[in-house]
Amino acid sequence: MLAATRLLRASALRSVSSVRWCSVRVGSKEYFDDLVAQKKVVVFMKGTPNAPRCGFSNAVVQILRMHGVEYDAHNVLEDETVRQGIKEYSEWPTIPQVYINKEFVGGCDILLQMHQNGELIEELQKVGISSALLEAEIGQGDKSDK
Amino acid sequence: MTAIFVRKPVQQLILPALYSLRSCGYLHTMAKCGPVESIIKNKLNEALQPSHMEIVNESFMHNVPPGSETHFKILVVSEAFDGLPLIKRHRLVNTTLDEELKTGVHALSIVAKTPTQWSENPQQMESSPACRGGFGK
Repeated sequence: MLAATRLLRASALRSVSSVRWCSVRVGSKEYFDDLVAQKKVVVFMKGTPNAPRCGFSNAVVQILRMHGVEYDAHNVLEDETVRQGIKEYSEWPTIPQVYINKEFVGGCDILLQMHQNGELIEELQKVGISSALLEAEIGQGDKSDK
Repeated sequence: MTAIFVRKPVQQLILPALYSLRSCGYLHTMAKCGPVESIIKNKLNEALQPSHMEIVNESFMHNVPPGSETHFKILVVSEAFDGLPLIKRHRLVNTTLDEELKTGVHALSIVAKTPTQWSENPQQMESSPACRGGFGK
Protein backbone atom coordinates (compact mmCIF):
# COMPACT_ATOMS: atom_id res chain seq x y z
CA MET A 1 0.00 0.00 0.00
CA LEU A 2 2.82 2.37 0.95
CA ALA A 3 4.73 1.49 -2.22
CA ALA A 4 1.63 2.13 -4.32
CA THR A 5 1.13 5.51 -2.65
CA ARG A 6 4.70 6.47 -3.35
CA LEU A 7 4.32 5.43 -6.98
CA LEU A 8 1.18 7.51 -7.38
CA ARG A 9 2.78 10.53 -5.74
CA ALA A 10 5.86 10.29 -7.98
CA SER A 11 3.67 10.05 -11.04
CA ALA A 12 1.69 13.06 -9.91
CA LEU A 13 4.83 15.08 -9.46
CA ARG A 14 6.06 14.15 -12.92
CA SER A 15 2.66 15.02 -14.34
CA VAL A 16 2.72 18.43 -12.68
CA SER A 17 6.18 18.95 -14.01
CA SER A 18 5.05 17.94 -17.49
CA VAL A 19 2.05 20.23 -17.35
CA ARG A 20 4.32 23.06 -16.24
CA TRP A 21 6.61 22.56 -19.20
CA CYS A 22 3.72 22.12 -21.60
CA SER A 23 2.26 25.44 -20.52
CA VAL A 24 5.52 27.31 -21.01
CA ARG A 25 6.27 28.22 -24.59
CA VAL A 26 9.77 27.32 -25.72
CA GLY A 27 11.76 30.49 -26.20
CA SER A 28 9.56 32.60 -23.94
CA LYS A 29 10.81 34.62 -21.01
CA GLU A 30 9.34 32.11 -18.57
CA TYR A 31 11.09 29.31 -20.44
CA PHE A 32 14.49 30.94 -20.00
CA ASP A 33 13.68 32.01 -16.44
CA ASP A 34 13.28 28.31 -15.68
CA LEU A 35 16.46 27.26 -17.48
CA VAL A 36 18.78 29.81 -15.86
CA ALA A 37 17.39 28.88 -12.45
CA GLN A 38 18.14 25.17 -12.83
CA LYS A 39 21.76 25.50 -11.81
CA LYS A 40 24.12 28.12 -10.41
CA VAL A 41 26.00 28.29 -13.70
CA VAL A 42 24.14 27.93 -16.99
CA VAL A 43 25.66 28.29 -20.44
CA PHE A 44 23.98 28.71 -23.79
CA MET A 45 26.44 27.60 -26.42
CA LYS A 46 26.88 26.19 -29.89
CA GLY A 47 27.40 22.47 -29.60
CA THR A 48 27.96 20.60 -26.37
CA PRO A 49 30.74 20.73 -23.77
CA ASN A 50 32.16 17.54 -25.25
CA ALA A 51 31.84 18.78 -28.81
CA PRO A 52 31.66 22.57 -29.08
CA ARG A 53 30.77 23.83 -32.54
CA CYS A 54 32.24 27.28 -32.13
CA GLY A 55 35.62 28.56 -30.99
CA PHE A 56 34.08 31.08 -28.60
CA SER A 57 31.83 28.43 -27.05
CA ASN A 58 34.82 26.12 -26.74
CA ALA A 59 36.76 28.84 -24.93
CA VAL A 60 33.97 29.17 -22.37
CA VAL A 61 33.90 25.40 -21.90
CA GLN A 62 37.66 25.29 -21.37
CA ILE A 63 37.60 28.11 -18.84
CA LEU A 64 34.81 26.54 -16.81
CA ARG A 65 36.60 23.21 -16.97
CA MET A 66 39.75 24.80 -15.56
CA HIS A 67 37.76 26.14 -12.65
CA GLY A 68 36.07 22.77 -12.15
CA VAL A 69 32.62 24.28 -12.46
CA GLU A 70 29.55 22.10 -12.90
CA TYR A 71 27.03 23.78 -15.15
CA ASP A 72 24.04 23.22 -17.38
CA ALA A 73 24.82 23.65 -21.05
CA HIS A 74 22.17 24.30 -23.70
CA ASN A 75 23.00 23.74 -27.34
CA VAL A 76 21.30 26.55 -29.24
CA LEU A 77 22.00 24.82 -32.55
CA GLU A 78 19.33 22.24 -31.67
CA ASP A 79 16.52 24.77 -31.68
CA GLU A 80 16.38 28.03 -33.61
CA THR A 81 13.68 29.32 -31.27
CA VAL A 82 16.05 28.93 -28.34
CA ARG A 83 18.91 30.40 -30.31
CA GLN A 84 17.02 33.59 -31.14
CA GLY A 85 15.06 33.63 -27.91
CA ILE A 86 18.08 33.69 -25.64
CA LYS A 87 19.42 36.71 -27.50
CA GLU A 88 16.18 38.56 -26.84
CA TYR A 89 16.05 37.35 -23.26
CA SER A 90 19.51 38.65 -22.43
CA GLU A 91 19.45 41.52 -24.93
CA TRP A 92 22.79 40.20 -26.07
CA PRO A 93 23.38 39.51 -29.75
CA THR A 94 25.86 36.64 -29.70
CA ILE A 95 26.46 33.13 -28.41
CA PRO A 96 27.88 31.85 -26.04
CA GLN A 97 26.11 33.33 -23.04
CA VAL A 98 27.01 32.61 -19.44
CA TYR A 99 24.62 32.95 -16.50
CA ILE A 100 25.73 32.82 -12.87
CA ASN A 101 23.01 32.68 -10.26
CA LYS A 102 20.36 33.51 -12.87
CA GLU A 103 22.19 36.65 -13.88
CA PHE A 104 23.69 37.15 -17.32
CA VAL A 105 27.43 37.62 -16.91
CA GLY A 106 28.59 37.90 -20.48
CA GLY A 107 30.04 35.99 -23.38
CA CYS A 108 33.44 34.57 -24.19
CA ASP A 109 35.36 37.86 -24.09
CA ILE A 110 34.03 38.84 -20.68
CA LEU A 111 34.47 35.38 -19.19
CA LEU A 112 38.04 35.27 -20.45
CA GLN A 113 38.85 38.64 -18.92
CA MET A 114 37.19 37.64 -15.67
CA HIS A 115 39.26 34.47 -15.68
CA GLN A 116 42.48 36.40 -16.34
CA ASN A 117 41.92 39.07 -13.67
CA GLY A 118 40.62 36.71 -10.99
CA GLU A 119 37.11 38.11 -11.01
CA LEU A 120 35.62 34.78 -12.08
CA ILE A 121 36.93 33.10 -8.94
CA GLU A 122 35.28 35.83 -6.86
CA GLU A 123 31.96 35.57 -8.69
CA LEU A 124 31.93 31.81 -8.27
CA GLN A 125 32.69 32.16 -4.55
CA LYS A 126 29.73 34.51 -4.16
CA VAL A 127 27.42 31.70 -5.25
CA GLY A 128 29.16 29.08 -3.17
CA ILE A 129 31.35 27.54 -5.85
CA SER A 130 35.00 27.05 -5.01
CA SER A 131 37.18 27.28 -8.07
CA ALA A 132 39.52 24.35 -8.67
CA LEU A 133 42.22 26.87 -9.56
CA LEU A 134 41.90 28.54 -6.19
CA GLU A 135 42.01 25.22 -4.40
CA ALA A 136 45.10 24.23 -6.37
CA GLU A 137 46.75 27.50 -5.43
CA ILE A 138 45.93 27.00 -1.77
CA GLY A 139 47.29 23.47 -1.96
CA GLN A 140 50.55 24.70 -3.42
CA GLY A 141 50.77 27.33 -0.72
CA ASP A 142 50.40 24.67 1.98
CA LYS A 143 53.19 22.62 0.43
CA SER A 144 55.58 25.55 0.24
CA ASP A 145 54.85 26.43 3.86
CA LYS A 146 55.96 22.97 4.86
CA MET B 1 42.25 62.05 -33.03
CA THR B 2 41.61 58.41 -33.56
CA ALA B 3 44.51 56.18 -34.50
CA ILE B 4 43.45 53.34 -36.75
CA PHE B 5 46.33 50.94 -36.87
CA VAL B 6 47.37 48.97 -39.88
CA ARG B 7 48.94 45.83 -38.56
CA LYS B 8 49.34 42.15 -38.91
CA PRO B 9 47.47 40.15 -36.27
CA VAL B 10 49.86 38.24 -34.02
CA GLN B 11 48.79 34.83 -32.76
CA GLN B 12 49.63 34.17 -29.14
CA LEU B 13 49.01 31.13 -27.07
CA ILE B 14 47.23 32.52 -24.06
CA LEU B 15 45.61 29.50 -22.51
CA PRO B 16 46.42 25.94 -23.54
CA ALA B 17 43.87 24.42 -25.89
CA LEU B 18 41.97 27.67 -26.21
CA TYR B 19 43.72 29.14 -29.21
CA SER B 20 45.47 27.43 -32.06
CA LEU B 21 48.83 28.75 -33.17
CA ARG B 22 48.36 30.00 -36.67
CA SER B 23 50.40 32.20 -38.92
CA CYS B 24 47.77 33.67 -41.16
CA GLY B 25 49.83 36.24 -42.96
CA TYR B 26 46.77 38.45 -43.05
CA LEU B 27 47.50 42.16 -43.41
CA HIS B 28 44.69 44.54 -42.70
CA THR B 29 44.86 47.85 -44.50
CA MET B 30 42.60 50.84 -44.81
CA ALA B 31 42.52 50.33 -48.59
CA LYS B 32 40.97 46.90 -48.14
CA CYS B 33 38.42 48.00 -45.58
CA GLY B 34 35.06 46.55 -46.60
CA PRO B 35 31.75 48.39 -46.42
CA VAL B 36 30.63 46.79 -43.16
CA GLU B 37 33.97 47.48 -41.55
CA SER B 38 33.75 51.09 -42.67
CA ILE B 39 30.33 51.43 -41.13
CA ILE B 40 31.57 49.87 -37.89
CA LYS B 41 34.50 52.28 -37.78
CA ASN B 42 32.34 55.31 -38.44
CA LYS B 43 29.65 54.37 -35.95
CA LEU B 44 32.11 53.64 -33.17
CA ASN B 45 33.99 56.87 -33.90
CA GLU B 46 30.80 58.84 -33.68
CA ALA B 47 29.37 57.13 -30.61
CA LEU B 48 32.48 56.63 -28.50
CA GLN B 49 35.10 59.09 -29.78
CA PRO B 50 37.82 56.51 -29.13
CA SER B 51 41.40 57.61 -28.53
CA HIS B 52 42.52 54.32 -30.03
CA MET B 53 40.69 51.71 -32.05
CA GLU B 54 41.55 48.58 -33.96
CA ILE B 55 39.15 46.60 -36.10
CA VAL B 56 40.08 43.24 -37.52
CA ASN B 57 37.90 41.34 -39.93
CA GLU B 58 38.33 37.75 -38.75
CA SER B 59 35.84 36.27 -41.18
CA PHE B 60 38.65 34.51 -43.02
CA MET B 61 39.12 32.35 -39.91
CA HIS B 62 35.63 30.92 -40.24
CA ASN B 63 33.65 28.74 -42.57
CA VAL B 64 32.25 31.59 -44.64
CA PRO B 65 32.76 32.68 -48.27
CA PRO B 66 35.92 34.67 -49.06
CA GLY B 67 35.45 38.38 -48.67
CA SER B 68 32.79 38.00 -45.99
CA GLU B 69 32.37 40.57 -43.27
CA THR B 70 30.71 38.45 -40.62
CA HIS B 71 33.23 38.06 -37.82
CA PHE B 72 35.05 41.01 -36.30
CA LYS B 73 37.40 41.67 -33.44
CA ILE B 74 37.36 45.20 -32.08
CA LEU B 75 39.61 47.00 -29.64
CA VAL B 76 38.17 50.30 -28.44
CA VAL B 77 39.83 52.70 -26.05
CA SER B 78 37.44 55.41 -24.91
CA GLU B 79 36.67 57.66 -22.00
CA ALA B 80 33.06 56.61 -22.49
CA PHE B 81 33.96 53.40 -20.66
CA ASP B 82 35.09 55.19 -17.49
CA GLY B 83 33.31 53.75 -14.47
CA LEU B 84 31.50 51.12 -16.49
CA PRO B 85 31.81 47.40 -15.74
CA LEU B 86 32.81 45.13 -18.60
CA ILE B 87 29.31 44.04 -19.47
CA LYS B 88 28.07 47.60 -19.80
CA ARG B 89 31.02 48.51 -21.99
CA HIS B 90 30.25 45.63 -24.28
CA ARG B 91 26.55 46.52 -24.31
CA LEU B 92 27.51 50.04 -25.36
CA VAL B 93 29.40 48.68 -28.34
CA ASN B 94 26.65 46.17 -29.13
CA THR B 95 24.02 48.90 -29.08
CA THR B 96 26.10 51.10 -31.35
CA LEU B 97 26.41 48.26 -33.84
CA ASP B 98 22.89 46.89 -33.30
CA GLU B 99 21.91 47.19 -36.94
CA GLU B 100 25.04 45.43 -38.18
CA LEU B 101 24.59 42.63 -35.65
CA LYS B 102 21.05 42.10 -36.87
CA THR B 103 21.83 42.13 -40.54
CA GLY B 104 25.13 40.43 -41.19
CA VAL B 105 27.71 40.52 -38.44
CA HIS B 106 27.64 37.11 -36.86
CA ALA B 107 30.32 37.44 -34.21
CA LEU B 108 31.80 40.42 -32.46
CA SER B 109 34.76 40.03 -30.14
CA ILE B 110 35.26 43.14 -28.06
CA VAL B 111 38.10 44.55 -25.99
CA ALA B 112 36.93 47.75 -24.30
CA LYS B 113 39.43 49.79 -22.29
CA THR B 114 39.58 53.20 -20.74
CA PRO B 115 42.51 55.42 -21.77
CA THR B 116 44.07 54.89 -18.34
CA GLN B 117 43.84 51.12 -18.64
CA TRP B 118 45.27 51.27 -22.13
CA SER B 119 48.21 53.47 -21.15
CA GLU B 120 49.03 51.15 -18.24
CA ASN B 121 48.94 48.07 -20.40
CA PRO B 122 48.85 48.65 -24.13
CA GLN B 123 48.40 45.15 -25.45
CA GLN B 124 48.55 43.66 -28.84
CA MET B 125 45.20 42.26 -29.75
CA GLU B 126 45.16 38.47 -29.80
CA SER B 127 43.18 36.74 -32.45
CA SER B 128 39.97 34.96 -31.60
CA PRO B 129 39.67 31.21 -31.05
CA ALA B 130 39.75 28.96 -34.08
CA CYS B 131 36.45 28.12 -35.71
CA ARG B 132 35.10 24.70 -34.78
CA GLY B 133 32.24 24.15 -37.09
CA GLY B 134 29.74 25.42 -39.55
CA PHE B 135 28.45 28.88 -40.04
CA GLY B 136 24.96 29.67 -38.98
CA LYS B 137 23.15 32.68 -37.72
